[in-house]
Amino acid sequence: MNPSDQQRQVEASPLLEASRLRSSSRATRLRSALLRSPVGIVGLLIVGMVLLFAIAGPLITPHVPDEPNLRARFKPPGYSDAKGTYLLGTDQLGRDILSRVIVGSRVSVLVGVIAVVISGTIGVLLGVISAYVGGWTDVIIMRVADALLGIPFIILAIAISGAVGPGLVTLIALLGFTGWETYARITRGEVLVVRALDFVTAARVVGQRSWLVVLRHIVPNVLSSAIVLAALQVGTTILAESSLSFLGLGVQPPFVTWGLMLADGRQYIGSAWWMSTFPGIAITITVLGVVFLGDWLRDTLDPRLRGK
Amino acid sequence: MTRYIIARLLQMLITLFIISLIVFFMVRLKGDPITVMVPPTFSEEQIEALRRAWGFDRPLLEQYFTFLRKALVGDFGNSVQFRTPAMELVVDRLKWTYLLAATSGLIGIVIALPLGIISALRRNSGVDLFSTWLATLGTAMPSFWLGLMFMLFFSVQLRILPAIGADEPRSLIMPAMTLGVGMAARLSRLTRSSMLEVLGQDYIRTALSKGLESRIVVVRHALRNALIPVVTAFGLQMGWLLGGAVVVESVFAWPGLGRLMIEAISIRDITVVQAGLFWFALTFMFINLCVDILYTIIDPRIRYS
Repeated sequence: MNPSDQQRQVEASPLLEASRLRSSSRATRLRSALLRSPVGIVGLLIVGMVLLFAIAGPLITPHVPDEPNLRARFKPPGYSDAKGTYLLGTDQLGRDILSRVIVGSRVSVLVGVIAVVISGTIGVLLGVISAYVGGWTDVIIMRVADALLGIPFIILAIAISGAVGPGLVTLIALLGFTGWETYARITRGEVLVVRALDFVTAARVVGQRSWLVVLRHIVPNVLSSAIVLAALQVGTTILAESSLSFLGLGVQPPFVTWGLMLADGRQYIGSAWWMSTFPGIAITITVLGVVFLGDWLRDTLDPRLRGK
Repeated sequence: MTRYIIARLLQMLITLFIISLIVFFMVRLKGDPITVMVPPTFSEEQIEALRRAWGFDRPLLEQYFTFLRKALVGDFGNSVQFRTPAMELVVDRLKWTYLLAATSGLIGIVIALPLGIISALRRNSGVDLFSTWLATLGTAMPSFWLGLMFMLFFSVQLRILPAIGADEPRSLIMPAMTLGVGMAARLSRLTRSSMLEVLGQDYIRTALSKGLESRIVVVRHALRNALIPVVTAFGLQMGWLLGGAVVVESVFAWPGLGRLMIEAISIRDITVVQAGLFWFALTFMFINLCVDILYTIIDPRIRYS
């Protein structure tokens, strides 16, 4: 290490120290806020469990999720045979419902997360552009957003998925590319406020390039609303995915999804109540977990959004 | 007010234009629209003949203007399956969807308003707790699953309601309850919070301190003002209600527009899907316009300019 490096390190260290302090205090604040909020803890536990199911998947299922067992068709919860116990019963092909519920979390998590990341990115980007560039760009982006908000989302998804042909990729693209309007609106509003603040003017006055001003000073200040919205949006997306899959317009077999399981369950509702009961409970609990976590995130990161 | 309505109508025109683009391009997302419109059993010659008949061999821009000109008078082409105009099929099913949506909306309001008001007046009471849970669960639950659970209970277990179809007035109960509960969940919390906000206002204190009976204050002073955000929310939730109707119609084989669209998709009858999407968008736009106009009636302070 040469002297100048050493010197630089010495100079930098108080700053480093300060930033470390700041980030550790933010982590502490989040943690203590979580401890004070039982709903947040419950949300975290549920989401953690669903993530575990999605990642570990077939490794932790009691049976092979897509292995038919024709001797054990339509068996009620608790049924046991030589292959073991079927805690939540079996379906029309003798497949274990519990194993399929566990594996079904994969599609929900995958679609929920990817679609929200896509729509969030597009929305924040368009919102920033809309507010910062202004003029016709702003008008066009906002009118397109209004138009998209003017069509009931699930109906648009049904129509397009019907025309293009259903599938996992179609579904993610659909949910991702049609869900950005709210992010764009919120981000646009926030950028309009932030860009008028003194520190942005100061950055511009000292001659920073405008894209740097946006990236360094504006985006970080408007991101927390988008993150909160994204967290809550994951739940909505999971519900939309299950609806579309239930209608046969989303993810197709051999993928296992809760929506598809419920479509099977509807067919045999007169004889096997467990087929239509448990996948729905799985969806409800997952969405509840996401909403709890999102609510907690909102109260902690962005109290202004409360009630919206 | 007139200027506002004109501005809104212009805005609706833009929305309609974008919807027309979506409806036009949705069958062309995969290239040749004929491939999504024709059953795989058709022969090469039949396909070629249809392609010419529908004008898919013309330049794209020309196709769009032809499509737009016809769409403006409600002509979306014939249904491939039934060989009748797609729009006739759609209009024929509309009344069922409107009946379902209106009944569900009404059920939602009938549950949500009293629940929201009582929760606001008696915070942290049993009613308040119940409404919190209803709201949380009701929004987290997929509506079609709630429908399945109703079906299990009322049709399979108790055998008191028909599981599917719309053959008798009783058939409306389950689909409408399914959507109504979801709607109530979405509205009750909002009624509560906007009621609470209004109850904290000065004019409420004034009304109470001049000796008015609290019942009158609640109904005449608080409720009327608290209703404004509720009306907004109701308009916004109409999108959810219409979308939910499509899914719930499929659960209960309710003969509405949503069910028609799903059936049409399964037999690739795309003109019907296009006409259906167009009608849903139109309905939604019209409801939102009504909601905006309704504001000015409830709240004379709002003057659009």
